[in-house]
Amino acid sequence: MHSYNLTHLQQLEAEAIFIMREVAAQFEKPVLLFSGGKDSIVMVRLAQKAFFPGRFPFPLMHIDTGHNFPETIEFRDWLVDHLGERLIVRSVQDSIDQGRAVEEKGPNPSRNGLQTITLLDALEEFQFDAAYGGARRDEEKARAKERFFSHRDEFGQWDPKNQRPELWNLFNGRKNVGEHFRVFPLSNWTEMDVWQYIKQEELKIPEIYFSHEREVVNRGGTLLANSEYITPQDNEKVETRTVRFRTVGDMTCTGAVESVAHSLDDIIREVAAAKQTERGGRADDRRSETAMEDRKKQGYF
Amino acid sequence: MQKEKDTYLEMDLLRFTTAGSVDDGKSTLIGRLLFDSKAIFDDQLESIERVSAHRGEGDFDLALLTDGLRAEREQGITIDVAYRYFATPRRKFIISDTPGHIQYTRNMVTGASTANLAIILIDARKGVIEQTCRHAFIASLLGIQHVVLCINKMDLVDYKEEVYREIVEDFKQFASRLNLANIKFIPISALVGDNVVNKSDRTPWYRGESLLYFLETVYVGSNQNHVEARFPVQYVIRPQSKNWHDYRGFSGRVAGGVFKPGDEVTVLPSGFNSKIKGIHTFDGDLDEAFSPMSVTLTLEDEIDVSRGDMIVKRNNPPQVSQDIDAMICWFNEKKLQPRGKYIIRHTTREARCLLKEVKYKMNINTLHKIEDDLEVGLNEIARVSIRSSMPLFVDEYRDNRNTGSLVLIDEFTNETVAAGMIVGGR
Repeated sequence: MHSYNLTHLQQLEAEAIFIMREVAAQFEKPVLLFSGGKDSIVMVRLAQKAFFPGRFPFPLMHIDTGHNFPETIEFRDWLVDHLGERLIVRSVQDSIDQGRAVEEKGPNPSRNGLQTITLLDALEEFQFDAAYGGARRDEEKARAKERFFSHRDEFGQWDPKNQRPELWNLFNGRKNVGEHFRVFPLSNWTEMDVWQYIKQEELKIPEIYFSHEREVVNRGGTLLANSEYITPQDNEKVETRTVRFRTVGDMTCTGAVESVAHSLDDIIREVAAAKQTERGGRADDRRSETAMEDRKKQGYF
Repeated sequence: MQKEKDTYLEMDLLRFTTAGSVDDGKSTLIGRLLFDSKAIFDDQLESIERVSAHRGEGDFDLALLTDGLRAEREQGITIDVAYRYFATPRRKFIISDTPGHIQYTRNMVTGASTANLAIILIDARKGVIEQTCRHAFIASLLGIQHVVLCINKMDLVDYKEEVYREIVEDFKQFASRLNLANIKFIPISALVGDNVVNKSDRTPWYRGESLLYFLETVYVGSNQNHVEARFPVQYVIRPQSKNWHDYRGFSGRVAGGVFKPGDEVTVLPSGFNSKIKGIHTFDGDLDEAFSPMSVTLTLEDEIDVSRGDMIVKRNNPPQVSQDIDAMICWFNEKKLQPRGKYIIRHTTREARCLLKEVKYKMNINTLHKIEDDLEVGLNEIARVSIRSSMPLFVDEYRDNRNTGSLVLIDEFTNETVAAGMIVGGR
């Protein structure tokens, strides 16, 4: 007998494509937030599938903290060029120069929180009313409570206690002037799903996801890449290790893991055996128990 | 290694929801499923231990794993539906975990709307209580195919078969008034682990499977309707580029049935007939498309088709009507306004509507109809008649979840105020 079953990855893909198209249909001016990380690379592939053979009905936008890995920026520019789609870059450095954001002090200054200011300014500048993000519910406990269509008030704030119920395939994107939505097509994907999909689709990813030798500083158990943006303290020494990155954020807060994974198959095996969550090495999440929720309420991704 | 990889790509998906009242061990059960399938990581455990220790609690509290929000942690309650993920070599699972207190109905309805299966927990010491009946009713209302009744805390009743049997009989008696197709009973102890992942030798009188084995093997393919072909048009793709000059593709997710090139179709509401020219995807053209696939269709004839229209097979159309009856669950603090106007969203179609009449309310604990008090407030379930400003293309919810479901939206606040299941065309 003919079987009408989809595998779980096919179901997740069909769901994500549906969400992508729903945004294009319900909103006037969407934008896809693109960081050059693996999740946003998957988002780009899903957008290709959702709107084939047409072009994307939205631009890509990168909020550049100025503390990115150079490999990520290089990859970003290559991909955008390859796709022939439009990329908008807005930078945290500009927000600082304009006095709209203030750089943190101390040995571990992070621009992670400052991204929110630049992001909200950029959404307003272009009058974007929906921003696609690659966040997943399995990443972090506050994100586990997110909707596919996440409403933001006129200050860009998330109110986790007062979210709209989402039922079946019916998504309510209605809003008042000045409000916007964040939309997360990968909500139901796990880290493993993302890697399997990258492999299935033969997607290119930045080199820093694969094992390489790098100078790192061990700061409170997190291996940070040695760069001009961090200052090693007296008790910290710079050493060369064989590492890779499981997530791609700022160089100031993204921890490396020791790894010899050279291929996607190696990475998949490593993810299957991992004892730490992928954000376990993210110093930005470790600042408090509810660091992510607090940032999200302010308007973070 | 090669073999493992292939298995992963062939895995299917089971979405289930968990229902239980306070203190019946729901968090413990989910914690155990996640823990035993290695979906809990060391840093998550450390974080839970840190918080538990900080609060001066002895054991660590697995509920902290699902209750991520600050207010939830402070008050020790679950506010919202939380989604959890785990996989075994056979299947991937999505759990929608719904809290067991005040907002209960709203949250369970939400969690159940996308679920293939519901787990209802019963405390073996308490037996079938009012909340059990409420959970079972919602599962039945939302058309969940499979219900698993986990009789928990068997360790606290000395694993006595009589206790289990009595609860099974009580529940069967209640459930005979409901529309539940498949009910499975499993005696468990989530705390100790009996019959959760492995079969327990402390219940030799129980001949069935363990919970996890059942979840891994239960057949869920029939969740989609593969008979009545329905394609709500979601988005029109017109590239207007050199290579695709005259291309007009109608994108959407198949909501029922199977479509093939050459099929004779009708476009609603215009009623124009045509044939399917092709089924297109980024990965190439397809010979057929079925629910829940996301594809793009082209038609042989140039006819006007836009978002909110529905492409259906000519010999098997849905009901086309402005008047529909539905069972609704009310989600908002502000009560239903009799003869009030709302936005109705059904498939990809949006219209204004008038809430013409509340026919009756349901007492979901006793299943009695209430006809003398028709005020519908938060978490209440009622049967209503709705008049829509445009025709809708509907099937009964029990035949098709995709074309039988709707939500109502408040025009002024934009909040989703109700979810509805269509019962009969008019």
